[in-house]
Amino acid sequence: MSARKRVMIPVRVEPGADLPAAERSAVLDAVNRNRALEGALLPILHAIQDRLGWIPPRTLPLIAYELNLSRAEVHGVVSFYHYFRQHEPGKHVIYLCRAEACQAVGAVGLEAHAKRALGVEFHGTSGDGRYTLEPVYCLGNCASGPSLMIDRELHGRMTPQRFDELISATPAAATPAGGTAP
Amino acid sequence: MSVTLYIPREATALSLGAHAVARALSDEAARRKQSVQVVRTGSRGLFWLEPLVEVQTGDGRIAYGPVQAADIPGLFAADFLNGGKHALNLGPVESIPYLKNQERLTCGRLGVIDPLSLDDFRAHGGYEGLENALPMEPAAIVKAVTDSGLRGRGGAAFPTGIKWKTVHDAQGAQKYIVCNADEGDSGTFSDRLLMEGDPFCLIEGMTIAGLAVGATRGYIYLRCEYPHAHDTMTQAIASAYASGYLGVDVMGSGRAFDLQLRLGAGAYICGEETSLLESLEGRRGQIRFKPPLPALKGLFGCPTVVNNVISFASVPIILQRGAQFYRDYGMGRSRGSLPIQLAGNIARGGLVERAFGVSLRELLYDYGGGTRSGRPIRAVQVGGPLGAYWPESKFDTPLDYEAFAAGGGMLGHGGIVVFDDTVDMAAQARYAMEFCAIESCGKCTPCRIGSTRGVEVIDRLVAGDRAAMQQTLLRDLCDTMLNGSLCALGGLTPYPVLSALDYFPEDFSKPAALEAATS
Repeated sequence: MSARKRVMIPVRVEPGADLPAAERSAVLDAVNRNRALEGALLPILHAIQDRLGWIPPRTLPLIAYELNLSRAEVHGVVSFYHYFRQHEPGKHVIYLCRAEACQAVGAVGLEAHAKRALGVEFHGTSGDGRYTLEPVYCLGNCASGPSLMIDRELHGRMTPQRFDELISATPAAATPAGGTAP
Repeated sequence: MSVTLYIPREATALSLGAHAVARALSDEAARRKQSVQVVRTGSRGLFWLEPLVEVQTGDGRIAYGPVQAADIPGLFAADFLNGGKHALNLGPVESIPYLKNQERLTCGRLGVIDPLSLDDFRAHGGYEGLENALPMEPAAIVKAVTDSGLRGRGGAAFPTGIKWKTVHDAQGAQKYIVCNADEGDSGTFSDRLLMEGDPFCLIEGMTIAGLAVGATRGYIYLRCEYPHAHDTMTQAIASAYASGYLGVDVMGSGRAFDLQLRLGAGAYICGEETSLLESLEGRRGQIRFKPPLPALKGLFGCPTVVNNVISFASVPIILQRGAQFYRDYGMGRSRGSLPIQLAGNIARGGLVERAFGVSLRELLYDYGGGTRSGRPIRAVQVGGPLGAYWPESKFDTPLDYEAFAAGGGMLGHGGIVVFDDTVDMAAQARYAMEFCAIESCGKCTPCRIGSTRGVEVIDRLVAGDRAAMQQTLLRDLCDTMLNGSLCALGGLTPYPVLSALDYFPEDFSKPAALEAATS
């Protein structure tokens, strides 16, 4: 009798069983703490990103399963909001303001400088993994621009020179809030 | 004797070094064995003087600024704890002309009180409005707000009392109060200053709104770009609960009001009220068709008041001092005061709260002192990224909703962004379209597609590629967006574009030779 290949019947796995432990627990903690809220999805996504620094696409099935939503619905929300990140960021995130009030005092030049200094475009992470550069449309520091925020720390009247000082002064290790705020 | 000092913990002051100043001050005081008590406040909004340090003396609070950490030893040497002479001494803070010549009805406590001290808040008139409102009939509260003439400070300027009356009259087992704290317009920061400097004022205003319309649940939708405001509001809400100002029994009245803070996620469109509601419900921030109005079918389909931070924060003083008191300020149909924000390239940027009617020129030159760069002002954009760019010929326009509309602009949330003569207005017009493309929710075609086409047409126009035709095309596109968009994002993006084209056409034109060669 010739050996016949046995057909594997896939066993139904609970969504998220294949996730790295840190991601799985970040999702479940976020869901369990916020599940009772009205309109809980955004608070849950914030909690996940606060913990992991991003929202790994592979976590979406588990989020959807826990909230009884479709994956498409969760994907739709995550991808709609600029702040939610689907790529792992560097140790720190620099939010550089591009809006009009900062443009009036040199934001366009600062943007070019920042991209050059870090060797990235917007949404990119520097080669050493330290910084991710994100555009932001107003930090509310409009009388003291150009402005940027590194993680949760706001800086005003920024110049290319001060930018260079800042990125060389920020510690290489992530702070507890590193890469997760604002 | 211990001396009391005040240093802001507000975001702009921090961005200019306030924490380092506070640390240096404490260290130097310890070294000199001088007992000091440092109170961290909000900011008064005189940003060119930040970090501003105030010293409590027998003659009131004496201001020093802008102070850097390195100035601290010198200040001690000059006996600043007794108001001593120093190059940074600005005299009594209330006498600084910029501040003295304001009418701070809504923002009176900013920079004065410890934002997280309920005692301090009450000592400065806090919760008097709510105390007055509690025994009133809900309809009487609504009437007081209507009579005050208050209009929505978020930008649309809809009469607040009429909105409240609609919700008051609506039937519904559950009603909601929603505060729009998604202050996304560039050049605006009054919501942030209020939340960081006087958070209980917003809580009080929302609680009064709840009493007025019969809503027991409220949400503040705060943008995530404001982590400092988030921290302050979170703590303030917790302490309002702990002291019985929120919860099942507000101030022992037996009436309930619950308040939650929610974070946005970097979408400008969520400042539009129906997008905001979608987002609060946990969905993509896509706008809803109107009708139904949110007042009738808002959050989770229930009757909902959606107002801006400053609108809610203006309510306590109306209930405290009376509708007539508030109404006596202002001009025409714009009653009361507006917290105006001077931003961009401005020498003395900050918060100027004045009764409606003050002219743009007075704000730009008397308060603002012209540009920070020292060059002439070429253009100002009032009302955020969707506001028109105006040249100097329009600077005598009074700040009044109708006067601005008549001039083809909009007052919006009261942000004024100043540009000097190095600005390239074609680039600003292009940016307006680009911003619309980035932030469009995608629901309607004029906004979603029009904004991208707008960038392309402006690029061709500026390159001199059949310029006359491109200009016709751009105006036609703007007409479509203006009249065909579902909400203000697509509908108002033509304002900055067309105003730049109309008032600064020279920035769009290439030499005629090029035009001739390509057409």
